Amino acid sequence: MPNPVPIPDQTPRLQLRHISKRYPGCLANDAIDLTIAPGEIHALLGENGAGKSTLMKIIYGVTQADSGEMTWQGQRVNIRNPSQARGLGIGMVFQHFSLFETLSVAQNIALAMGAAAGTPKQLEPKIREVSRRYGMALEPERLVHSLSIGERQRVEIIRCLMQDIRLLILDEPTSVLTPQEAEELFITLRRLAAEGCSILFISHKLGEVRALCHSATVLRGGRVAGHCQPAECSDRQLARLMVGEAAETITDYPKVVGGGVFLSVSQLSWHNPDPFGCSLKEVDLEVRRGEIVGIAGVAGNGQDELLALLSGEERLTRNDGATIRFAGQAVAHLRPDARRKLGLAFVPAERLGHGAVPELSLADNALLTAFQQGLVSNGLIQRRKVEALAEEIIRRFGVKTPDAQTPARSLSGGNLQKFILGREILQQPRLLIAAHPTWGVDVGAAATIHRALIALRDAGAAILVISEDLDELFQISDRLGALCGGRLSPLKATVDTRLIDVGGWMAGQFDAPHSPAPATA
Amino acid sequence: MLLSLEPRGQQSRLMLWCSPLLAAALTLGCGSLLFIALGHDPLLTLHTLLIAPISDGYGVSELLVKALPILLCALGLAVAYQARIWNIGAEGQLLLGALAGSALAVNIIDLQSRWALVLILLVGTLAGAAWAGLTAWLRTRFNANEILTSIMLNYVALNLLLFCVHGPLKDPAGFNFPESAMFSDFSRLPLLMEDGRVHAGVYFALLALVAVWVLLQKSFIGFQIKVLGLDKRAAGFVGFREKRLIWLALLISGGLAGLAGVCEVTGPIGQLVPQVSPGYGYAAITVAFLGRLNPIGILFSSLLMALLYIGGESAQMSMNLPQAITQLFQGMMLFFLLASDVLILYRPRLNVRWARRAPATVPAGAL
Repeated sequence: MPNPVPIPDQTPRLQLRHISKRYPGCLANDAIDLTIAPGEIHALLGENGAGKSTLMKIIYGVTQADSGEMTWQGQRVNIRNPSQARGLGIGMVFQHFSLFETLSVAQNIALAMGAAAGTPKQLEPKIREVSRRYGMALEPERLVHSLSIGERQRVEIIRCLMQDIRLLILDEPTSVLTPQEAEELFITLRRLAAEGCSILFISHKLGEVRALCHSATVLRGGRVAGHCQPAECSDRQLARLMVGEAAETITDYPKVVGGGVFLSVSQLSWHNPDPFGCSLKEVDLEVRRGEIVGIAGVAGNGQDELLALLSGEERLTRNDGATIRFAGQAVAHLRPDARRKLGLAFVPAERLGHGAVPELSLADNALLTAFQQGLVSNGLIQRRKVEALAEEIIRRFGVKTPDAQTPARSLSGGNLQKFILGREILQQPRLLIAAHPTWGVDVGAAATIHRALIALRDAGAAILVISEDLDELFQISDRLGALCGGRLSPLKATVDTRLIDVGGWMAGQFDAPHSPAPATA
Repeated sequence: MLLSLEPRGQQSRLMLWCSPLLAAALTLGCGSLLFIALGHDPLLTLHTLLIAPISDGYGVSELLVKALPILLCALGLAVAYQARIWNIGAEGQLLLGALAGSALAVNIIDLQSRWALVLILLVGTLAGAAWAGLTAWLRTRFNANEILTSIMLNYVALNLLLFCVHGPLKDPAGFNFPESAMFSDFSRLPLLMEDGRVHAGVYFALLALVAVWVLLQKSFIGFQIKVLGLDKRAAGFVGFREKRLIWLALLISGGLAGLAGVCEVTGPIGQLVPQVSPGYGYAAITVAFLGRLNPIGILFSSLLMALLYIGGESAQMSMNLPQAITQLFQGMMLFFLLASDVLILYRPRLNVRWARRAPATVPAGAL
C-alpha cells in the first residue's frame, strides 16, 4: 500500500459549494461541499441512502441540483447532461454496466464515443494502447457476453480513458470484483492518478478506501458528516462518521461445529434456459444442524439459480427429487409450501417484490409465508392471530414502524429486513436460507440480524447464508465456500480459511470434483 | 417542453376513496356543458336523465332489473381484476350463459317441475364459466394474453347466439322472427312484486355479493388472488399455485356473467332474442373500477350505471336526445375516474427546457 502523496496547493479540479437536491419526500443532498484536487483519489463514503449516488449524478449531469454551485478548474459550470460532462473531461463508471452483450469490446466503445471517433476497427489500436498503458488486459475483438464481470468493468473504464479525461467517477466499483481483481483495479487507478487524473471513488468499504484514497468526504443522511484522511483514521472513526454515534463495533461470534446433516445437495446440475444466465454444475453441499454455512461469490455465478432450486421456485422432476434432501427426505421436486412444511424458511435477496409485497400491510406480509402456522382455518384468515403474529415480530425484532397496518414499502430497508427475518425465525425453521441478509442495511440493523442468525443457529437450526459481503461471511459462518461459474468450491471451516483463499475460490481456483476449473484472467 | 409525471411522496388514501365521487361530479359537469351546446336546459336534462326515472316504484323496480346483470358481471370481474387478470369477456360469457340456458329451456318446455328452472340456471352458469375457461386455458397453456382472447371470444359468442336464434333455436311458430319460443312458466324466475319486473334473480345477486365479499376480504384464497395480482414473484416464492388461481378467478368471473345472462332470459325477457344484452358485460368493466373492485362499492356503481341506462332511454323518448348519451356518460365516467386516480398518485410537471438554456454557454471554453 503506497502512502498517499501530498497534494500540492493549486486550483481544484472540481469544487462543489452548497449543492442541494430534493426529491419528493426526501432531501437527498443538503448543502454539500466537496473539493477534488488534480491527481487526487477522493473517496465518497457513506451508507446506502446517504446521498452518494445523487451527488455523483449531479456531477455527471444525469440530474441537476436545485441549488448550489459547481466550479470546474476555476470556472463556474452548469452541467446539464452527461455528454456535456464528457466534453469537459468527466468520465463515469456506473455500478450497472451499459454494454451490449452481443457486440464486441471495440464495437461497444465505438458506439459510446459516437461516429466522429471512428469505426471499431480504427479504434482497436488505441484500445490496445490504453489497456497496455494502464495494465488492464483486454482484447478488443472479444464479444462482451464472453467477458467476466471484472473484464466488463475494464471495458467501461477504458471507454472513459479513450478521451482526454480529467476526472473519473467510479460507483462502488469493487462490489462486483474478487479481492484480487480489486487489487488490480487499484494499481490502474493509482497509475491514472499519478498522471494527474482526479478520481472520485464511491464506496462503503472502509478497508479499500484506506488502501487507495488520499482523502475522503463522508456523507450521512444527505449531509457532509466530515472530511478526513483515511490513512490516518481507524475503522471505528470512519464507521462513526458514516453511521453516527450508534455505530456498533464488530462482534466476534464463537465458531461451532454442527451436528447431523439437515440439508444435503448432491450432484445438483441444472441447465438455465436463459442463454445469458448461469447453469449449475455438479453442486455438492451439506448444511448440518446448528451451524451456519456461508457461500461467497461474485453476483451472477449461480447464486440466484441455487437459491431458486433450494426454495422450490424452480423444481426438478420427481426422478431427480433426491438431489436435494431435507433430513434425508427427497424434496427437489416439491413446491415451496411443501418444503416449508418440512422446516424450510427462506429470506430472498430482494426484500420488496420478492420477500414482501410492497402494497400489502406488514400483517398481510406476515401471513404471506406463515399461513401454515394455524393462521387459516376453514379457508378463512384468522385476522386476530395474524395481527398478533405481526405485532410479535415487530416487538421481538425491534422493527421501527407505526403499526402492523403500515404497508411494507414505507419501511426502510433495514427495518423491513428485520421484519422478514423475524417472520421466518418465529416459524421455528429447521433450515433457514438467507440471501444477502444485510445488503443495503445500516450497521445497527445488520448487527441485530447477525445476532438473530447466531441465536437461531445455537437453537439448533441449519443455516445457509449466500452473500457477496466477505466480512459478513467471515463474521458469522462456521464453514465457507464460494460459487464460481455455477460450480461450488468444497466447504472449509472458517477458522482455517484466509481471505485470499476465498478470493481464489471466487475466481474458480479450486478442484472441482469432475472437470478442471475454468481459467481466470 | 416536456410533460412528466412524478410520483407524489405522500399518497392520500382519503382522496383515492373520493375519486369516484370526483369522477361522477366531473361527468355531470361535462354532461351539462354538452346539453347546453345541444340547446337543452342542463338542469332539466339531468333531471330527466337521473331523477325522473326513479321517482316512482315502477322506476325503482326497473332500476333493479337493469342493475342486476351489471352487478353480477362486475362482481365476477372484480375477482379476476384483483388477480390482475384482465377479463374483458364478461359480455361473451353472459351471452353464452343466456344461449345455453335457452337451449335447455326450449328443449324441456314441457317439464312441469320447479327443477326445470334450477337446471337451466345451472347450465347457464356453467356455460359462462366454460367460456371463460377457454380464456384461462389459452392463458395457462400458451401464455396468450387474456385481454385479446377474451375480447375476441365476445364476438364468437355473439355470432354463435345469432346463429342459434336464426337457426336451431328459432321458434317454429314465430312467423320467422329471430326469436326462440317463450319459456314455460316453470322455467321462468318468479316475480317478487305484483307491479314491476323485479324477479328472484335479486336474491342471486345479493348472495353473490356476500360470497365475493367473503372471498376477497376474508378468505385465504382471496388473499392468494390479491398477492398474485400485486406481486407474482412473492406468490411464487411462497408456493401459491399461479395457474390454479388464474383458472379459479376466470371461472368465477365467467360463472357470474353466465348467471347474469341466464337470469336475463329466464327473468324479464322470457325467451332468447338477439338483443339479450345492451352491453352489460362492457359496462361492468367500468362499474368494477368505479367501485374500486370492492363488492360494496360495486353495488353502488352498478346502480348508478343502471340509472344511466334507464335515464338514457327516457331522455331519448322525452327530449329527443340520441341514445349515445348513455355510452357517452359511461365513457366520461371511466375517463374521469382514471384521470383522477393518476393525478392523485402523480404530480404532473411541465419542464420548460428552453428557459434554462441561458447560462449554459460558459463551460465550452473551459477546456
